[in-house]
Amino acid sequence: MFDTHAIILLAAILVPLLAGVVLAFGSGFTTGLRRSLALLGFGFPLLASLLLAFRFDSALVGGYNFESKIATGLESIGIYLHLGLNGISLPLFLLAGVVGFAAGLYAMFSKAERPHLYLALMLFMQGGLMGTFASVDIFFFYFFHEFALIPTFIMIAVWGGTGRRSAAMEMTIYLTLGAMLSLLGLVALYVTSGAESFSLPELRAYLSAQPLSETLQANIFALLLFGFGILVSLFPFHSWAPKGYAAAPTGAAMLHAGVLKKFGLYGLLQIAAPLLPAGLAHWFPWLAWLALGNIIIIGLITIAQRDLKLMLGYSSVMHMGYAFLGIAAFSAVGVGGALLMMVAHGLSVALLFMLSTCIYHRSLTFDLKTMGGLATKAPVLCAFFVAATMASIGLPGFGNFWGEFTIFIALGQSEATRWLLLPAALGIIISAIYGLRAVANIFFGRPRAEFAARLESDAVKDIEGFEKAPAVVLLAALMLIGIFPRLVSDRADAELAGLYPATESLPQFEPATGAPVPEGKEKAH
Amino acid sequence: MNEGLADFLRGIAATNEWWVILPEILLALLALGLLVLELLSPKIRKLVPRVALAGQGLILVLLLAFSCSECVGETGQSYFGGLMQSNDWSQLMRVFFALSALMVSYLGGIFLARQNLAQTEFYHLVIMVAAAMMLLVQSNNFVMLFVALEMVTVAFYVLVAYRRNSSLSLEAGIKYLILSALSSSILLFGIVLLYGVAGNPALAGTTGDALNFDALGAFIAMNPDNPLVLTGAMLVLAGICFKIGAVPFQIWVPDVYQGAPTPVTAYLAVASKAAGFIVMLGLLHGPFLSLQGFLLPVLVVVAAASILFGNIAAVTQGNLKRLLGLSGVAHAGYLLMGVVASFSVEWADRAVVFYLITYMLASFAVFAVLSIAGQGDDAETSMDSYRNLSQRQPFLGGVLTLGLGSLAGIPPLGGFIAKLFLFVAAFQAGLYGLLATAVLGVVISIYYYFSWIRTIYFKSSGNLDAGELVQPLGIQARCVMGVLVAATILLGVFPGVLSLL
Repeated sequence: MFDTHAIILLAAILVPLLAGVVLAFGSGFTTGLRRSLALLGFGFPLLASLLLAFRFDSALVGGYNFESKIATGLESIGIYLHLGLNGISLPLFLLAGVVGFAAGLYAMFSKAERPHLYLALMLFMQGGLMGTFASVDIFFFYFFHEFALIPTFIMIAVWGGTGRRSAAMEMTIYLTLGAMLSLLGLVALYVTSGAESFSLPELRAYLSAQPLSETLQANIFALLLFGFGILVSLFPFHSWAPKGYAAAPTGAAMLHAGVLKKFGLYGLLQIAAPLLPAGLAHWFPWLAWLALGNIIIIGLITIAQRDLKLMLGYSSVMHMGYAFLGIAAFSAVGVGGALLMMVAHGLSVALLFMLSTCIYHRSLTFDLKTMGGLATKAPVLCAFFVAATMASIGLPGFGNFWGEFTIFIALGQSEATRWLLLPAALGIIISAIYGLRAVANIFFGRPRAEFAARLESDAVKDIEGFEKAPAVVLLAALMLIGIFPRLVSDRADAELAGLYPATESLPQFEPATGAPVPEGKEKAH
Repeated sequence: MNEGLADFLRGIAATNEWWVILPEILLALLALGLLVLELLSPKIRKLVPRVALAGQGLILVLLLAFSCSECVGETGQSYFGGLMQSNDWSQLMRVFFALSALMVSYLGGIFLARQNLAQTEFYHLVIMVAAAMMLLVQSNNFVMLFVALEMVTVAFYVLVAYRRNSSLSLEAGIKYLILSALSSSILLFGIVLLYGVAGNPALAGTTGDALNFDALGAFIAMNPDNPLVLTGAMLVLAGICFKIGAVPFQIWVPDVYQGAPTPVTAYLAVASKAAGFIVMLGLLHGPFLSLQGFLLPVLVVVAAASILFGNIAAVTQGNLKRLLGLSGVAHAGYLLMGVVASFSVEWADRAVVFYLITYMLASFAVFAVLSIAGQGDDAETSMDSYRNLSQRQPFLGGVLTLGLGSLAGIPPLGGFIAKLFLFVAAFQAGLYGLLATAVLGVVISIYYYFSWIRTIYFKSSGNLDAGELVQPLGIQARCVMGVLVAATILLGVFPGVLSLL
């Protein structure tokens, strides 16, 4: 039961937690000791996730790799600390490893007060993140997520920027509501399925043998949809996100927006949709219209922002709309696209949040109107930001492109969802508008007087080594997925094909190839 | 006639198993011994706190050994002619009360020394309360129940008003005295009604021994619709609802919690409430079992009202002790949900006990910080005095954060698992409306718990810090709070250690 890989999987959760505990008591540590502990805590999950990705056995469809099952005293209600990875959770596990490492690398050199506590809280988050995506048991899946949420609140309250008090409070209450609703949904699954277990495979076996009645499915799905939806900032439950991210310290924003927020989507596509297909069918109009709300309404709001961080916060809310649409399509292609989108979006949004802080350190403002001409002094920073913006808009060459593209194909494949294509495509134009305008405002054009004076002085330098390293890590991962989307999609497709119906309208489309054949595009439209 | 009486007495004496209540006897002896020590020379008087703590510690160890050994009577066995009966929870709850008393004594020592108040009587009363609560949860007869309950209540009259020089404490004492006496009389009236109606020879199953739970239960099973039975049962439950602070009997809670010395507040919040719940579980599953159909809807309403009232009232509360009191009302509501669920879900009563234990650990952690960090008259403590505690006293800040987090029900702390069990139980019992109320309550409670937590980490704008530096923590205090917090985390990560569930 406990082979080496299972132990590595467990250690990927425990090492950051332990490093965090040690650091929490380390107010007297030297800078070097602090950094090496943090490096251990963030580096180990990355290495572990890479190693496990290489050793992943794709042939094992429907089961889990590297399984381990530990009793913690909750056996009587069917809860075990049951860890393992399948084709859907592996990409997110990797995402948590990569983004966590980049965020940790950046945080190690940040000039936060009480750095030992800052790093300790980030390490707790990291441990929770690894645990969330490694959990087979849906109770622990929830448990680790909540565990990672709490440090976020504290970090915003302590190290946050303007408006941190109300932002932290609003986020806490909103996300607790979402979490409680989804917990109720999970408990409802446990109680109604008759499986007497919180283990996902067992629930799946029971529910596929004896599907719930349509009303029951619809009710439970509503709990999960709105619970998870609040956590992923589904329109109109998004108002916590821009404010929260604007107030959050960089490390927390990177980890939360980049990885933790994907919990809700992951819950929908791994648990809710496959177990309750009739529920999804019942709520499909809601999901589709609300996702359009994310794309169009929030997109327009994003255009109106003049604060860089708020703009990034809103844009991350907007992009979630595509992932929701991918799930709404309810086909292996659409959900696969949503998964690709989640991974790519996680990388790009973490990169953007980090770069926005780099820009702030140079411009001393987030106000887009007063900035300008930064490219003259910081050309490399400019290049990074442009690349990240392009990725976020969804240009080919970056992972986001494949995500959006695949979602569009999936929408086009079915009569029921084809009408969504036009408004969804409109979103791409919207994100191009605000993305390119931000680039133009920050890096080009003529700055306002006070910023121009600052640009003249030597105070403004180009991107520095400690900022460059995490940026390179994230950008490299983005481009890797952009060029080889199969890295993510191959394993996921095998798994998704078993959970979701393949499409009918495009039989020649092969989910297993991941990257869709170009002809698919014309047929889809 | 004489022969019959002798036989009767012999019959009763045959079940007088004194060793069963050995811990209670030892506690009472310890309490009395402390009073004797007080009379001796001043030198010996100084030893009183240590003797009190050490004595309780020894009795606690004895209790633990007691419950581990096989000599414990089986569940359902009666003693003292049916006055007492060991039940599923009696062993565990005895440990629970002994532990609570020990914690309260420890905190009381710190608190009393700062306030310059007499110590011996405090320990005496705390120990007597513990002994009485232990008897209370084992009682199987209304006389026994009422006497034990009064012993607890009367001792609390004194404890609540212990700070004689503080008007707030005296006010709290008067309020507790009047309202508690009222609730006791309501309880008594209910008992009398039940006794009277059960003695009516015209009714089926009439019994002369109606104070005994078993006999009464048999009678009620035959007359579940008798209006006097229903009224009596309602009145008895009302008296108990007063002890647990459930709506509409919560009106005393904020004032008394605020005015009472902080360790006594903790005692009220934890042990008094726990005793009330165990008694309520015993009654509902014992004599009142056949009244389910009538009582459960009432309890559902009481639970929902408690959850909503406690949480909503706590949101606007600036005084921390009042806040804890009101949030305690909400916790009583969650627990009542578990009590209601226990009628259709077989393990729900274990969930209730588990919740009580995590609530004890978290509450004592919070009250310990309150007792230690409190300055002088801590009845007026507001959140502002905890500003930036994390920097002034990182250890206290951490303990308070974890304690409040557990009360709020945040993983990986014990409070989360406890709430989860209650929710699963309520779900299985089909209490959807109550469940929705509870979820709403939890979300509201996040507001005030996290406001407090946020304050701990929030920098003060003024120069508060320098003036309010509390004295450095002793190693002893660190150990006590460390154990509480460690147990809270352990229960969250490995709930199996309790082997309850």
